[in-house]
Amino acid sequence: MSKKNEEYDFKWCPGCGDFGVRRALEFAMIDRLEETGLPMENNVVVAGIGCSGNLVHLLEGPQPYGFHGIHGRGLPIAFGVKMARPELNVVVVAGDGDFLSIGGEHLAPQAARNLNICAVIMDNGVYGLTKGQSSPTTALGQITSSTPYGKLESALNPLELYLTLGVSFVASGFSGQPRLLANLIKQGMDHPGFAIIHVQSPCTTYNDTYEALKGNAKKGIEPLLWEVPGEHDSSSRSAAFESLHRPGVPVGVIYRDTARPSLEQRLAETHKKVAPKTVEQLMDTFAF
Amino acid sequence: MQMPDFVVRFAGEGGQGVVTSAEGLAQAATQVGYHALTFATFPSQILGGPTWTQSRISTTPVLSPGDAADVLVAFNREAYDSHKDEVREGGVIIYNSSDFQLEEDPQSVGLAIDDLAKSTGNARAANMVVIGALAHLVNMPQIYLEEFVTKRFRRGRAEDEQIITSNIAALTLGREQIASSGFVVGELAPPLIPEGKQLLLKGNEALSLGALAAGLDLYVGYPISPATTILVFMERNLVGPGKFAYQVSSEIESITAILGAGFAGKKAMTATAGPGFSLMSEGLGLAWMAEIPLVVVDVQRGGPATGLPTKTEQSDLMACMFPAHGDVKLPVIAVGSVEECFYGAIKALNWAERYQGPVILMTEMSLAERAQNIPKPDLSRVLVEHRQVYQGHNGYHRYQGYELSPMPIPGNPGAYVANGSEHDEMGDTTHLPSRHVQMTERRFSKIKLLEENEYERENPQESIVLMPWGGSKGPAREAYNVLMEQGLGIGWYYTMFLNPVPPRMLEELKQKEVVIVPELNYQGQFASILRSYGVRAQAITQYTGLPFKVSDLVKRVTEITRSQQKEMVRA
Repeated sequence: MSKKNEEYDFKWCPGCGDFGVRRALEFAMIDRLEETGLPMENNVVVAGIGCSGNLVHLLEGPQPYGFHGIHGRGLPIAFGVKMARPELNVVVVAGDGDFLSIGGEHLAPQAARNLNICAVIMDNGVYGLTKGQSSPTTALGQITSSTPYGKLESALNPLELYLTLGVSFVASGFSGQPRLLANLIKQGMDHPGFAIIHVQSPCTTYNDTYEALKGNAKKGIEPLLWEVPGEHDSSSRSAAFESLHRPGVPVGVIYRDTARPSLEQRLAETHKKVAPKTVEQLMDTFAF
Repeated sequence: MQMPDFVVRFAGEGGQGVVTSAEGLAQAATQVGYHALTFATFPSQILGGPTWTQSRISTTPVLSPGDAADVLVAFNREAYDSHKDEVREGGVIIYNSSDFQLEEDPQSVGLAIDDLAKSTGNARAANMVVIGALAHLVNMPQIYLEEFVTKRFRRGRAEDEQIITSNIAALTLGREQIASSGFVVGELAPPLIPEGKQLLLKGNEALSLGALAAGLDLYVGYPISPATTILVFMERNLVGPGKFAYQVSSEIESITAILGAGFAGKKAMTATAGPGFSLMSEGLGLAWMAEIPLVVVDVQRGGPATGLPTKTEQSDLMACMFPAHGDVKLPVIAVGSVEECFYGAIKALNWAERYQGPVILMTEMSLAERAQNIPKPDLSRVLVEHRQVYQGHNGYHRYQGYELSPMPIPGNPGAYVANGSEHDEMGDTTHLPSRHVQMTERRFSKIKLLEENEYERENPQESIVLMPWGGSKGPAREAYNVLMEQGLGIGWYYTMFLNPVPPRMLEELKQKEVVIVPELNYQGQFASILRSYGVRAQAITQYTGLPFKVSDLVKRVTEITRSQQKEMVRA
């Protein structure tokens, strides 16, 4: 919403990482607007359910179209929007529970299609809106309200999953660096295929990881975040997998394959080879 | 006396020619001007398994597959044993003597189907041996069949003439072998050639063509019997600039993808059957809530869960009308014939555009797989509707007021959030009681835009009426015709609009003593809905996985009518 809507009563907690992600997305969309001259209405932000999904109502400035759908289905809704109108810039915003748990089944198909959209994932390692249950990225043994004796499942490594599935653009970022993150999101939007920007976006109420991510020299805590070095070969799948062996959370582009055509490009190629029949002609194939 | 129609059942193992014989007979008959209907039922497996089909050839439009067969063609022993009682008195059984031998059965005649076909040098002409034999039984001129064969196989290939010759030889061999047996069934009356061009096609094909005629832009689906043929049709034919057809990974993807496309301004549709429909539940609620035009086709099959994937039933009505949690009641159109598949699809897409929301188009296995001749639709008379599009500036309140409002299209001014959470006029989430009241009333008010006044009505003065829905229309109509001849005093009502029901029709139905509703489910689902509207409805149910037989309906409608008449006299 472009100005304060008194009726809309949802608030993120103070310090929530999602504020930074929202700012970064606004920056990226404004950059795109300035670069392409296309109006803000050319963007569609598709959101799932959870704290992350509310981002679509909290965007400030000129407004994109939004679709605040149902839990876990951001990707297939975005698929429908994009294939209906390939000229639109389609962005999915989702949390780790929405994207990787209930919505996990939609990842592999979009990767195989190389659907030309950009997904921005706010990973806080917890279900926040339902008050602190474990998510796929919650650490093994971590105590949450739904794992009172410690989590029994290993934590998922989302970046490895994306690479394994063949996502053609994989980046990792941190909500506390909105300008840097905006740059990653912009690159993801410009990428001609399926892009995922996986963002560490801490939950100050149920899983405050700020200190662990940024480190604390006074306490002798080394930061988990590390910058992807300039010499990293993001065009190499094996280099991408290799880079993830380093502990911690990378910041930067891990993998980028620009050679693979997107679904809409493949569709356009196919349509060149097929001559559509009119309804009248189709009916006549049943005539006798 | 000449026979006005001719019913043949073909039974055997999948792959023996059960389907090609039935379809060949229907095609040959329609080509010379008969009306034809072919009903098929398959086992749920790729190859083989007990399969049967039934073709009905008639001088007048055919409404049902026919109760009892004039002829049974049994391709194997199992088929003979399971279907021999379906042959009427005086009928004939042709059994495949290449496959098995029968002891003396005065009603049966052996035909060496496979051997005769092979002797023509074309083993694939087995169905022509059968058709030749059948033609003899009803004295159908050989020239009809030869014309059909020539037309069917002349495709500009070098081997055309050889294929035509062997097929005609097969027809002749079949005819001669039956002629030498001395069996006859009767003489089929000559065709009364229907006016105008005809198409011979299956329900799912007619439905797909209707959707294209209504301007469908985007189709997304997942394979499921008996809806798969719609996906296959769309993948092949919904192509070209601005069009998109795609097989996705689940029915959850189907419904959410068409939600995205409907939001983006396109006419979008998917088709599925029971299990897939269940997976779409939440997405349908979202379409209702966020006011997104789309069409979901439910090709009903039998039973809950996996149920009977290749059998027919009408047991999804409650699920279609109330598919989701919360206050939701979706518009439902249920088609009752192959021709209605075409026009029902157009209406469903028009409704979705008109009221900006999801519409359910119900059909069923017995229509989906039924081949029938229909008059070729005149596209210049098809009315295609488009949604009201917002054409203003940014800052628009998309969900304002208590009634339908124009819908912005992404890419253009009027950006808003389509929201599945309860929302205010801008689309932002809210929990205000007054807003939930407004939006709930807004969503339900739009249904009024779909009230139509088209319905069938005969003898409206009668206080007892027969009112089928969906695919039970055909057998019910035939039963009604029989009952009229017998002088039973009842009326006839029918509509494909199950929600909203045409208001004028509903008012009339409320005046009736009894509205008899034949439907293929255990609970009497439509009768129960009608009762909730204050109609004295009584269901005739059947849940065998097969369509109604006309004779059963005649008997049961008579029973209900007689007992009601007695009560009325007593009162």
